[in-house]
Amino acid sequence: MAISDIKEFAHLTEADVEALGEEFDQIRRDVEASRGASDEEYIRSIIRTQRRIEIAGRAALFGSVVPPLWMAGAALLGVAKILENMEIGHNVMHGQWDWMNDPEIHSATWEWDNVCPAEQWKHSHNYLHHTYTNVLGKDKDVGYEILRVTSDQKWNPVNLGQPVFNTLLMLLFQHGVAIHDLDIEGLLRRDIQDPEEFKAKLEQVGRKMRKQMGKDYILFPLLTGPFFLTTLTANMAANLMRNVWSYAIIFCGHFPDGAEVFTEEQLENETQGEWYLRQLLGSANFTGGRLMHVMSGSLGYQIEHHLFPDLPSNRYPEIAERVKEICAKYDLPYNIGPFPKQFWRSIRTIWRLALPNKKFAAEQQAHEAEGLHRDHATTSPAAEAAPLAA
Amino acid sequence: MTAIGDSPLARRVRAAATRFTTPLLPDDYLSLVNPLWSARELRGRIVSVTPEAEDAATLVVEPGWGWTFEHSAGQYIGIGVQIDGRFVWRSYSLTTPPSRDGRRLVVTVRAMPDGFASHHLVHGVEPGTVVRLAPPQGEFVLPEPLPGKVLLLSAGSGITPIMAMLRTLDRRHGSGSLADVTVVHSAPDADRALFAEELDLLGRRHPGWRIVQRHTSAAGRLVLTGSGADGEMLEDVVPDWRERETWACGPAAMLDDAEKLWADAGNADALHLERFAASFGAAAQEGMTQGGTITFARSGRTVESDGATTVLQAGEEAGIPMPFGCRMGICHTCVAPLRTGAVRDLRDGTEHRVADTDQSSQTVQTCVTAAAGDCTVDL
Repeated sequence: MAISDIKEFAHLTEADVEALGEEFDQIRRDVEASRGASDEEYIRSIIRTQRRIEIAGRAALFGSVVPPLWMAGAALLGVAKILENMEIGHNVMHGQWDWMNDPEIHSATWEWDNVCPAEQWKHSHNYLHHTYTNVLGKDKDVGYEILRVTSDQKWNPVNLGQPVFNTLLMLLFQHGVAIHDLDIEGLLRRDIQDPEEFKAKLEQVGRKMRKQMGKDYILFPLLTGPFFLTTLTANMAANLMRNVWSYAIIFCGHFPDGAEVFTEEQLENETQGEWYLRQLLGSANFTGGRLMHVMSGSLGYQIEHHLFPDLPSNRYPEIAERVKEICAKYDLPYNIGPFPKQFWRSIRTIWRLALPNKKFAAEQQAHEAEGLHRDHATTSPAAEAAPLAA
Repeated sequence: MTAIGDSPLARRVRAAATRFTTPLLPDDYLSLVNPLWSARELRGRIVSVTPEAEDAATLVVEPGWGWTFEHSAGQYIGIGVQIDGRFVWRSYSLTTPPSRDGRRLVVTVRAMPDGFASHHLVHGVEPGTVVRLAPPQGEFVLPEPLPGKVLLLSAGSGITPIMAMLRTLDRRHGSGSLADVTVVHSAPDADRALFAEELDLLGRRHPGWRIVQRHTSAAGRLVLTGSGADGEMLEDVVPDWRERETWACGPAAMLDDAEKLWADAGNADALHLERFAASFGAAAQEGMTQGGTITFARSGRTVESDGATTVLQAGEEAGIPMPFGCRMGICHTCVAPLRTGAVRDLRDGTEHRVADTDQSSQTVQTCVTAAAGDCTVDL
């Protein structure tokens, strides 16, 4: 069974958890009090840079028949879409920049360069995923309703197709995101909870898709005249690049070994401290340089992002230092590893769980029953280390 | 769209360009070249900052796309300036007559002792700074034709809208206007008197105008409510004040006194005030009985609210971190999506409604709207 009492799992007392919560609250207060001009300059410069890269990419494709320009155009446009979706769109829609009082960079008004309508994203992601993080049956991000990502999800023969579904999801990621807020589970059961709402949301997705596909696959190719086809393929390549990259980054967030899942019982009377603890134990970071973190929408700091989803992303590195100290103090794991390692661990689990894999399941169950090891204090807390041995 | 025209053709071009730039606007890319080339939000560039009498400055602003230059003398605009990364909004009266030539906006700002924004505008902004603008607003304007006898009463920086009125009359009538206009303006002393020379000059140009500049450090405060024992009374300076249609602008205490004086004289209709605040008129009164339950969806809180309390106030009282700006419906910083139900705009009574079955939402200004029945706001 997934974790139903996080205190027991972490071997912490109620007082410990409360004290831990206060320490996290203090981080929030400190960062909120120090937001200012340099943060504002950060997001503006990222937005300016992203728009320039996009213009450069679109411009290069006026010569898309020449292979180097095709390559350059597709790559620039892909980078622009990655930046827009991840470091800008995702974070702006979280309200990370609402404090600037700028209606142009605000969660209420931002619409991103992605077929998923912002409004639906904010519901499925900001609300459902960030509130009920890793709670089975509540957080649709645990396997996105098509993948078995933990042995706590019952095996079904359909899961045999996991490696294939997983690959398709990677290639078509933005479309997967677009229908994420729809009642897909209900659709599969042929029992949609609210057909009216389903229809309305589907229409909204359709409108956004028409606009997005229209510009990338019709209008811009037409604009480059005789190079229609090569511009079209370059734009497809750019969208594909964004799909694969954002898929890979996002799968590193909650699926690597050591990221825990929870039952709905955990939500009952959950305190703020327990909520923080659940975010901490349910998320995984990866290491990387500044460029890597910007290109991944600061989701290498997934733990910090989940603890403080609405604090400006450029502050996550400094927040991370304090979170690591707290983890060391309370003898809690801080799940971090190099990006390839974390990605491999996610994919390996998805492949393993295509089969019932009783041995792997038994290991996971044993870990969940036993709880965290209490010997972290013997290892260096600063080491970027040792996600839990599962 | 002043710069690119508002003709049907221009609109079609714009709509076509937006199909390429979606989900952004063409403006979002053009403003990379020139920050004024965007009509997404009204904006302007500070052209010059000229120091005036102590602790005041006159700002000349070049507005960007979308500005219409159709204000009336006496109206104010909102200026949003970034301080420490945040946009802070204040309202300032335009001090120049409405005109499209020159294409500049002029405001005079006094740095208030505790005025974060005004201090920054007077002492901190460099020419070239890009600011946000909110369109001209306010009912504090002279009617056309002018009433037979006019009194313009001001103190401190309250002279600014009156300056716009005087300059407009000066331009309209040319030299030697015979309109019967009396101006009484109080400033602490000569050093802190705004527009002193220009007021003298206007007084000489127009035989019908009588312009009284008082210095309160020497002459004391003009007494509106009270007796002659308290100092010089309005009666003493303008014996026929009861016969004059009056426009008054100044500190809140002065306006309160004026309101009382005119009301006691049974003459309240002849007094026009500028308080730089949204006036919630009849709508707020009618709304008193309505109200409803406001659900703040993101915070998961519900609040009972009456029909005169703004959604912003209701949210703040419930401890919800509400975005806010000018608090008077000009800057659109506080906007939030209305998911279901209805809210009423307290300024003019307009109702904004989203049906339960409707999947879309409407963006509403929380600082000037109140619940009109139960409603859900995405905050």
